[in-house]
Amino acid sequence: MRFAVLVFPGSNCDIDCYKAVEQTVGEPVDYVWHTATDLSAYDAILVPGGFSYGDYLRCGAISRFAPVMSEVAKAAEQGKFILGICNGFQILTEAGLLPGALRRNESMKFRCHDSVLKVVNNETPFTRHYSEGQEIVIPIAHGEGNYYCDEETLQQLRDRNQIVFTYSDNPNGSVADIAGICNERGNVLGMMPHPERAVSSLLGSEDGKAMFTSIIQTWRDTHGAASVR
Amino acid sequence: MLKAKVYVTIKQSVLDPQGVAVQGALHSMGFQEVESLRIGKYMEVELNTDDREEAEARLKVMCEKLLANTVVENYRFELEG
Repeated sequence: MRFAVLVFPGSNCDIDCYKAVEQTVGEPVDYVWHTATDLSAYDAILVPGGFSYGDYLRCGAISRFAPVMSEVAKAAEQGKFILGICNGFQILTEAGLLPGALRRNESMKFRCHDSVLKVVNNETPFTRHYSEGQEIVIPIAHGEGNYYCDEETLQQLRDRNQIVFTYSDNPNGSVADIAGICNERGNVLGMMPHPERAVSSLLGSEDGKAMFTSIIQTWRDTHGAASVR
Repeated sequence: MLKAKVYVTIKQSVLDPQGVAVQGALHSMGFQEVESLRIGKYMEVELNTDDREEAEARLKVMCEKLLANTVVENYRFELEG
């Protein structure tokens, strides 16, 4: 199984994502520049956090039109696993691969600390190694993580079990305490907290590891043998 | 040559923390009469065309695709020249 970590001008969690894959599942992983026009070699695509294009205009608004994003849309359609973290989540909503939008934190503060998340949906390819309702500690670091969608969309998210993570102590004002959502099919997930920064006790938490092991487990189930370290 | 002024504002139903912060600052400076304040974006776009109809149609697409996020923002524009 091959992982791609997209790199936009301004990405700053790309190395963390790369290391997280390397250290948790040990599968091949490449950095892929935003100008790339072919992602066919990859099974999972990580859209990392950072400040792509300086967050000019709106977070993720410009990256959404980078050449690689039409390939990401294709990959999503093919059922490949797409994980957008923080700025990556903002990019996926701007691209229309996930519903809603991310606004400025209600508190007006940049929030950078551990957060307790509740696993609402453990049936996605990204969360099967968690149990339903499990509380996990994953750090956040964002100024614009206040998830918004209208009532109708929220109802759809609920009806289709697309709310994957909620905050125990909502740090940004997100609608319905939402910390992460997936698309209807479940193969595209966006979240503001950083699981890639929670893969070692040295970092304060290992609770993010299961996201990466979940992905590989799902892939193995559908593709047969793959080496897992 | 046409010049467009594009205004992007946050929808009324959506909280504007930036506006709330600035309103609070004005209050603390003694401007108690400020009932509400909302911050938006103003953009000037120069177009190398004289076809107003075409320019309006193109600007609409620009706004919908990139300049505004219609999930949380409204937009309007004025054409000059």
